[in-house]
Amino acid sequence: MKIAVSAKGNTMESDMDQRFGRAASFIIVDAQTMEYEAIDNTSAASSGGAGISAAQLVAEKDAEAVITGNVGPNAMNVLKAANIAIYKGAAVSVKENVEQFNKGTLEKIQTNVPAHFGMGGKE
Amino acid sequence: MKIAVLSGKGGTGKTTVSASLAASIGHCQYIDCDVEEPNGALFLNPQITDASPVNVLVPYVDEQRCDGCGACAKACRFNAIAVVKGKVLIFPEVCHHCGACVIACPKDAITEVEREIGVVEADSESSFLQGRLNIGEPITIPIIHQLKRLTRDDVPVVMDCSPGASCTVVQTIDGCDYCILVTEPTPFGLHDLKIAVSLVRKMDIPFGVVINKAMPEDQSIQTYCKQESIVVLMEIPYMREIAESYSNGMLPVQMNEDLRNRFVQLYDSIKEGAAS
Repeated sequence: MKIAVSAKGNTMESDMDQRFGRAASFIIVDAQTMEYEAIDNTSAASSGGAGISAAQLVAEKDAEAVITGNVGPNAMNVLKAANIAIYKGAAVSVKENVEQFNKGTLEKIQTNVPAHFGMGGKE
Repeated sequence: MKIAVLSGKGGTGKTTVSASLAASIGHCQYIDCDVEEPNGALFLNPQITDASPVNVLVPYVDEQRCDGCGACAKACRFNAIAVVKGKVLIFPEVCHHCGACVIACPKDAITEVEREIGVVEADSESSFLQGRLNIGEPITIPIIHQLKRLTRDDVPVVMDCSPGASCTVVQTIDGCDYCILVTEPTPFGLHDLKIAVSLVRKMDIPFGVVINKAMPEDQSIQTYCKQESIVVLMEIPYMREIAESYSNGMLPVQMNEDLRNRFVQLYDSIKEGAAS
């Protein structure tokens, strides 16, 4: 199963980014083998619609689940349409989050945060 | 003669100055371009008789024709379209109405449909105009464009801008003959005045400064204007009675003879400034 984790860097040791649309990058991890690929989030700095574009990006990578902190309303709609489950990660490394996912301890996110929640210096 | 009133910082007194100026000129057109929260009507008390909606064009997908190729989402510079699992998702409030998706679609599956984002209201003589953006809408420009199409050429025009120095203000002051920059003697007032000055200089529009809430003990704005050779058109003193009358929907020119005369003089100095 392929999982996309929002991240502040481009390795398994990078911290998870609490923001989805404006995360620095996404680590696409195979949850069984822990093989991964890092992709830059090209929409992180866009003036608007970052969440929409980021959700499109992880959908194109055939991710079946996302681990992140918070998801805005637009990104939520795209992820739902793509049938991608969303899990609430912790402010630890990508690797630790995937390990927790495998243990089944991560909670599913069903509700989004308000638009622009992750802007304005909030972590 | 088109005069725009802007400030950079919010709350310095754009509406006080623009509505007072309009009231002092008399036969003129006042346009409230602060479309996110127009409030000039509170002081000028117009009888609104006309209201016309402002519409924009947003994409609509014919699912029969669409094959889910994703060309529309790639063409969109504003991330207003996503295509996942062969299905097109459109986010109309993110759309900037450029029509690139229509051109990009190889199946001619996208057409444009109208969506209302706000309204333009006027009195019967069009001496008062205001734009009003619907709550939650992020894009003001189409409303400013519609207001500017209704600008009169036969009388002086006073435009009350929105705060800041971004797109809405740029669109409003574009084509104006003169800009009044309203500021106050505070660090924020000075900081944002400098931004407004760099904007009007870049757009090459003649301008002058009105210092609102002026206090003799703080000369920070005067000192800056002197250094930059900027004309200070008027100082409105920091007075409790101005604030009191404002809170009752009264303009300073309606309660103080001296201030009324000075606003008439302000218009004369603007005419000179715009001509030179």
